Amino acid sequence: MPAFLNPELGLIFWQLVIFLLVLFLLGKFAWRPILLSLKEREDTIDNALRMADQAKIEMQQLKAGNEKLLADARHERDRMMQEATVMANQHRDAEKARATDEANRIITQAREAIQQEKNAALAEVKNTAAKLSVDIAERILRRELAEPAAQTQLVDSYLKDVKLN
Amino acid sequence: MKRLLSILLCFVSLSAFANEPAAEASKGEGFNPGEMILEHIGDSHEWHLATLGEGEHATHVSVPLPIIAYQPTKGLSMFSGGQLAHGHSHNGLKLEEDKLVAEDGSKVYDFSITKNTASLLFSAALMLIVFTAVARGYKKNHGRAPSGLQSFFEPVIIFIRDEIARKNIGPKYERYMPYLLTAFFFIWFNNLLGLMPGAANLSGNIAVTLVLALMTLVITLASSNKNYWAHIFATPGVPKPLLPIMIVVEFLGIFTKPFSLMIRLFANITAGHIVVLSFISLVFIFKSWAVAPVTLAFGLFINILELLVAILQAFIFTLLTAMYIGAP
Repeated sequence: MPAFLNPELGLIFWQLVIFLLVLFLLGKFAWRPILLSLKEREDTIDNALRMADQAKIEMQQLKAGNEKLLADARHERDRMMQEATVMANQHRDAEKARATDEANRIITQAREAIQQEKNAALAEVKNTAAKLSVDIAERILRRELAEPAAQTQLVDSYLKDVKLN
Repeated sequence: MKRLLSILLCFVSLSAFANEPAAEASKGEGFNPGEMILEHIGDSHEWHLATLGEGEHATHVSVPLPIIAYQPTKGLSMFSGGQLAHGHSHNGLKLEEDKLVAEDGSKVYDFSITKNTASLLFSAALMLIVFTAVARGYKKNHGRAPSGLQSFFEPVIIFIRDEIARKNIGPKYERYMPYLLTAFFFIWFNNLLGLMPGAANLSGNIAVTLVLALMTLVITLASSNKNYWAHIFATPGVPKPLLPIMIVVEFLGIFTKPFSLMIRLFANITAGHIVVLSFISLVFIFKSWAVAPVTLAFGLFINILELLVAILQAFIFTLLTAMYIGAP
């Protein structure tokens, strides 16, 4: 058998010792920290990706929420506007009605006042006419005693003086 | 890193040319490609870099490596390999065909730091430096994008975790990650280092692949559950009369699986080296510069292929280990 096919004891021994030593040292000082770091980094990346996904979903939810809020606000605004219009209309109508009433009241009052004034004036006219009649009659009576022609003339002059204002 | 790889590639293609004349010269009489190749893929008690000059006057440039030997009679002895150069003996030990033997013929257990062991130590140190640097990167760039060495190795680590471990082992994969990662990078690094000029053929050494395969076997058995043994001794869906055969087959399967791991890695890497070295040897076999373009083209092609094989074998070994662990 050629020498190179013959495993030598010395090399077997050294290979065993040195390989186990290298295995132990590398295992402790290289592979462990390296594999741990790799795992840690992969976990970090994994977490970051998951968190990004979550953030995306949250963003979408937030956006949907915002849109809903906006729609609600718009709806509310429309409702308020409508309400305000209705109220304004009501207010205006009420005001209008009140004004009409007031106007009617004033007109009525004015009418009443005019009526009263008219009545008073008529009464005074009546009184004055009566008084004048009495006056004239008195004077006529007085003149008749003297002269009938002059009497008529006098009545005419008196009548001229009387002005039915 | 890409630049690093291309530089490495340049060296790889150059390396063989730098080394081969030396191999030829050291033999003195003629060039023996088989011997040269076996020398290159084998282990050695010295790290041979180059041979200057030829024949008698050749100067070998090599780094002596420590010799560590245990003899039941004498105990442990430790000295520089330089003491044993040129057939000298020291402390009753000498090298015979690069094999450590006692002069008195007694039993010697050789624990020397050979070329492969030195390469193993170097690659272990390199891995520790590289991956603690990567780990530091994670601390420094905490919560930020990876940078530098960290960003080069991260995809590979994630690939091993997701495509190899998690897919084949299932939810309990985390426990096996250190072994899978260490095995993958150990094989890959050593495959690439083996392609460097003058480097050792560590991952193509059967002792190394034997230990790796044994570890896979131990881990597979340690992580086995009721289901695993049920599959072996009462394979579901198999007719009763066939069971005796299936039990034998399945039982042998426990051992043939890691055995195939051992052979696959060893054979792939060693074969790659042999092919590269063979193409380079052509120049010296034909003793002609005319074959150099062919050698260069094929050598380069195989070298590039070996870069692919380097990571492919690391991947296959790790994948199969994960599959064996994850088997029901």
